Amino acid sequence: MTVPVTYYVILSAVVFLTGMVGVLIRRNIIAILLSVELMLNATNINFVAFSEHLHDLGGQVFVFFALTVAAAEVAVGLAIIIALHRAKDTINVEEFSLLKW
Amino acid sequence: MDQLFFGYFAGVIAITALLVVALRNPVYSALSLLVMFFHVAGLYVTLHAEFLAAVQIIVYAGAILVLYLFVVMLLNLHRDDRYHSQWRTVAFVCVPLFIEFMVLIGGSIAAAPQSVAPVETGSGENTLAIGEVLFSTYLFPFEVASLILLVAMIGAIILAKRDVGDARSEG
Repeated sequence: MTVPVTYYVILSAVVFLTGMVGVLIRRNIIAILLSVELMLNATNINFVAFSEHLHDLGGQVFVFFALTVAAAEVAVGLAIIIALHRAKDTINVEEFSLLKW
Repeated sequence: MDQLFFGYFAGVIAITALLVVALRNPVYSALSLLVMFFHVAGLYVTLHAEFLAAVQIIVYAGAILVLYLFVVMLLNLHRDDRYHSQWRTVAFVCVPLFIEFMVLIGGSIAAAPQSVAPVETGSGENTLAIGEVLFSTYLFPFEVASLILLVAMIGAIILAKRDVGDARSEG
């Protein structure tokens, strides 16, 4: 008995919602980046599930590229966090209002 | 049997995803994210994507999460005691998403369960097939991905380097 693809879509939606809420309510920049990772993983689950469902390898290759971009995003994001922490000695997002109007 | 495995992996993924957002200490958040990555890899194995499962563990659990933990230790953070007070924005974004989620569940219940024939794939052929597709159809995106990694590496070095900004501000 195989698992229908809608179950995977629902699981992915749950994880994506969790990540979205995390981005919006957390005040720690590292926790926000972790929530972004949650959302990326939710889309990856969708890609792999549909790749299996449609018998097309393109979805898995796309997950591969998404992994590459996630690695690059983490490297740059953490470098920015270190620079921010060096400049203001905090990583609370409410302390950073330079680009707000 | 498949549904049993899916239920286990999905349950653990959902719970650890909630823990990532709910736990106050960033180290605990990162560790529960590690558990989630392992279970996502297990989900990939049940979906016959063995190569991606291995890559998921190596890249996410091995590289990305270690980088997170390294930065958390480096910055010596105290725990944040409060959540962000942005409940209006949260409601504005999440209520439409939640409605969409309910529509999704309703549609999946209403739709007749269609039986898809199980795929006949050997366990070792997934990596071979991905390699062939990656180096023929997706060759140009593959090269672009390497360029992205190079740019990210240079950018991370320049952003995190202390001397560049100091030297420029002095001179």
